[in-house]
Amino acid sequence: MEVSRHWRLKQQRYSLVGEVCPHCDSKIFPPRDICPDCGQEASQPYKFSGRGQVYSFTTVHNPPAGHEENAPYTVALVHLDEGPMVTAQLTDVGDKAVEIGMPVEMVTRKLRSDGERGILVYGYKFRPRLLPA
Amino acid sequence: MERVAVLGVGMVPVDEHWDRSMVDLAGEAALAAMTDAGMERVDALIVGNMTAAVGESGQLNLAAQIADWCGWRGLEAYKVEAACASGAAAFRAGIVTVASGQVDSVLVVGVEKMSQTESTLTTAALATAADADYEVPHGPSFVALNALIMRRYQHEYGWQHEDFAPFSVNAHANAARNPFARLRHTISVKEYSRARIVSDPINILDASPTGDGAAAIVLTRSGKVNGHANRPTVVVAASAVATDTIGIHSRREPLRLFAAERSAHTAYLQAGLRPDEMDFFELHDAFSIMAALSLEAAGMAEVGQGPRLAQEGAIRPDGSIPIATFGGLKARGHPVGATGVYQLVEVTRQLWGEAGDNQLSKARVGMAQSIGGTGATVVTHILRIKAKPASPSLRHSHA
Amino acid sequence: MASTAEVVVAGVGLIPAGEHWTESLRSLALRAMRAARADVPGLQPQALYVANMLAPSLSGQTHLGALLADFAGYHGIEAYTLEAGGASGGVAFRQGYLAVASGLIDVAMVIGVEKMTDKVGPAVESAVASNVDADHEAVQGVTPMAQAAMVMRRYLHETGAPSDALAGFSLVAHKNAVTNPNAFYRREIRAEDYRRAPMVSEPLNLFDAAPIVDGAAAVILARSDRLTSNDAYPRVRVGGSSVACSVVALHDQRDLLRLPAAAESAARALSQAGVGLEELDLFELHDQYSIYAALVLESVGFAQRGRGWELARDGAIQSDGTIPVSTFGGCKARGDTGGATGVYQAAEAVLQLQERAGKNQIAGARVGMAQCLGGAGATAATHVLVRLDGC
Repeated sequence: MEVSRHWRLKQQRYSLVGEVCPHCDSKIFPPRDICPDCGQEASQPYKFSGRGQVYSFTTVHNPPAGHEENAPYTVALVHLDEGPMVTAQLTDVGDKAVEIGMPVEMVTRKLRSDGERGILVYGYKFRPRLLPA
Repeated sequence: MERVAVLGVGMVPVDEHWDRSMVDLAGEAALAAMTDAGMERVDALIVGNMTAAVGESGQLNLAAQIADWCGWRGLEAYKVEAACASGAAAFRAGIVTVASGQVDSVLVVGVEKMSQTESTLTTAALATAADADYEVPHGPSFVALNALIMRRYQHEYGWQHEDFAPFSVNAHANAARNPFARLRHTISVKEYSRARIVSDPINILDASPTGDGAAAIVLTRSGKVNGHANRPTVVVAASAVATDTIGIHSRREPLRLFAAERSAHTAYLQAGLRPDEMDFFELHDAFSIMAALSLEAAGMAEVGQGPRLAQEGAIRPDGSIPIATFGGLKARGHPVGATGVYQLVEVTRQLWGEAGDNQLSKARVGMAQSIGGTGATVVTHILRIKAKPASPSLRHSHA
Repeated sequence: MASTAEVVVAGVGLIPAGEHWTESLRSLALRAMRAARADVPGLQPQALYVANMLAPSLSGQTHLGALLADFAGYHGIEAYTLEAGGASGGVAFRQGYLAVASGLIDVAMVIGVEKMTDKVGPAVESAVASNVDADHEAVQGVTPMAQAAMVMRRYLHETGAPSDALAGFSLVAHKNAVTNPNAFYRREIRAEDYRRAPMVSEPLNLFDAAPIVDGAAAVILARSDRLTSNDAYPRVRVGGSSVACSVVALHDQRDLLRLPAAAESAARALSQAGVGLEELDLFELHDQYSIYAALVLESVGFAQRGRGWELARDGAIQSDGTIPVSTFGGCKARGDTGGATGVYQAAEAVLQLQERAGKNQIAGARVGMAQCLGGAGATAATHVLVRLDGC
């Protein structure tokens, strides 16, 4: 059971909280304490808007243990508006064809169950964003 | 460099060895290498392995077990791990150890057993090479992560999926002549195009097969290898390890293997050689996209143009830069932690002229490169035949 | 060939051992790495050697070399993991030492890190049990604690020693930890406490077993000619380094009461350093279980077979004794940090030799030995550290 681990990551998973570098203003996700752009200390929290675009995507048919229930599902690299990229599943796609460049927004969904008697793990997924006409 | 030489090699076929344990396989390859080297005992054993410790019935102290199996109690022995580059990293550790001057000989063994867990657990084990907090929980399998790269690559450079076919066709054609290979049937471009999708756009013929395997190499100081077994002396001309971020999402350039560029460049400098002076390249073709990116990172193709070398046939045995000469990861197989050592055994066999039906006509300098994860650790080695002191030097000096 | 300049421990960094529920493995490591860099801010590492044993099973994470190098801001450097169970720390230290000695690397950082708190429950026990033989011991439900208990039972049976013979190891460890702010347990225990302690795996009682906790420790190794002449602290060089193996399964050991790997690797390291046992001022040994502390002292040569416990009884292992052990609390009280333990031991020995041990200072410490064990002595990694005079 990985209760403590999931709890430790909840701010990132539920609220997409990363960091902003006070030296160069880079937005950082996931949080990492040393700015990857300027190399200086960066531990100021920053909450991302959740908006982004699909950078790349694929459909998983051979899921790793724990994700069998959801298979097949689509995972993507999502380029957040503020700069960083995240790895996440796409959801609520419906009949739409997923395309590179597709605008998406973050939602909180069930990622997987943590073993037979374990907790349900929730976190960010991204769904197509409807832009104003 | 060039202080370390290869004295002997050994390996077992890559296969599903249901009746052999990991230690059995490692021991067999180890003893084969020792016999080949004409030695009874070494000063240290370094084991490259990725998945033995994963999961709840894992095995730590694996190297001690292997040393004991071989009858070497008291020996210095430990494991090196760098995900799928573990075997090559173990070889690197062996070089460092011999070069320190504190030991004379090191046996490097790469071993992996993947057939004893059911497939979702194997997939989960492979995924430990990715970011456990920020990639894995979101469900991408290892194949899926590579698929994300391939799709974007095609999008940016305009390559069609079928353009990657020659990587796999070449690998399979070479493996057909290699009795140690996992897959020994040839494939056609047509079969490639029709193959089942695993994680789009990657199909089953883009992806290397897993398997059980073990390969071993005996390293010693160059000065101690003089016409042993009538073979030319094979020395390590370069050894370089570089790293990049684990998560693809954190890379500055997701479509370039930064760590491979850095590691290859460092290797060329150490060896005093240029990319076009490599006679062949055992690259990490875990997926066809990785083969393309590796060629680019090694400076053999322009960025975004890796598939062109495949299209033009340059990668075939009779081409300008043969790759996967014994089948590569794609067809010889990819028993992850062992793979790096298989590559180096194959390079050595080429240089010794002992590659059998896989022998290249020109093999004096060979490069081997192993990639951990989707490019986070890259280990590059250049092996060459040591120039004889009496002959004019064949080495070029480059700043 | 190999560089003739000495390999020096240029910097050390530790974090408190404990249960760091809110921190990730990578941020624990970063804190220790930064602390080590603070000793020598001008030395950027070219290679990172990671000591860890349980991340693959408890955190689902292999590939720590690349992960930690990048997380610490050392983008691109050489990095990989060394593993030998509980001896991983010493093995990683050795790799750093060899790399620098070879001249292929000028500045190496060794980071030992273990995170026990990503999982709770039986999964943790299973993971820890991967230190035993999976096919022939673990499958029977044997754990490292069960192994130690069987060895202890045999020891008491053969020696006829009293049931509280091994108490001194815990008493000394706990006493030393009181003044170590990085220790997990900082309360003294008395002989009475030990005698009344509940059994956890008879005859092993609660105070015979170290707690396995999160931790991170780092050291920086460099060739002495890379350091400037204004050292903040006395220089400590690696005088001797050796790794040796024995069998993994207890039932394969020729003699349950002797640790041949510990004996062999200590002998080699001491010989390389040109140091005799009597010249050691301290010994950071692997007191994960009190019985191993006794057997190590015997196997290495501080006591005859079956008499290691007397060193504990007679106070020889106290900080003012003839062979101080666990000077900062050891595994028993500072905490057993799995793959990181060997790096904690080395760092603590260096702090002693550099007179930075505060209230834990062993007076006049000039030569120290650190040894960690994997499994029940399957692997042993030993280092002899020597303070350079006139620095």
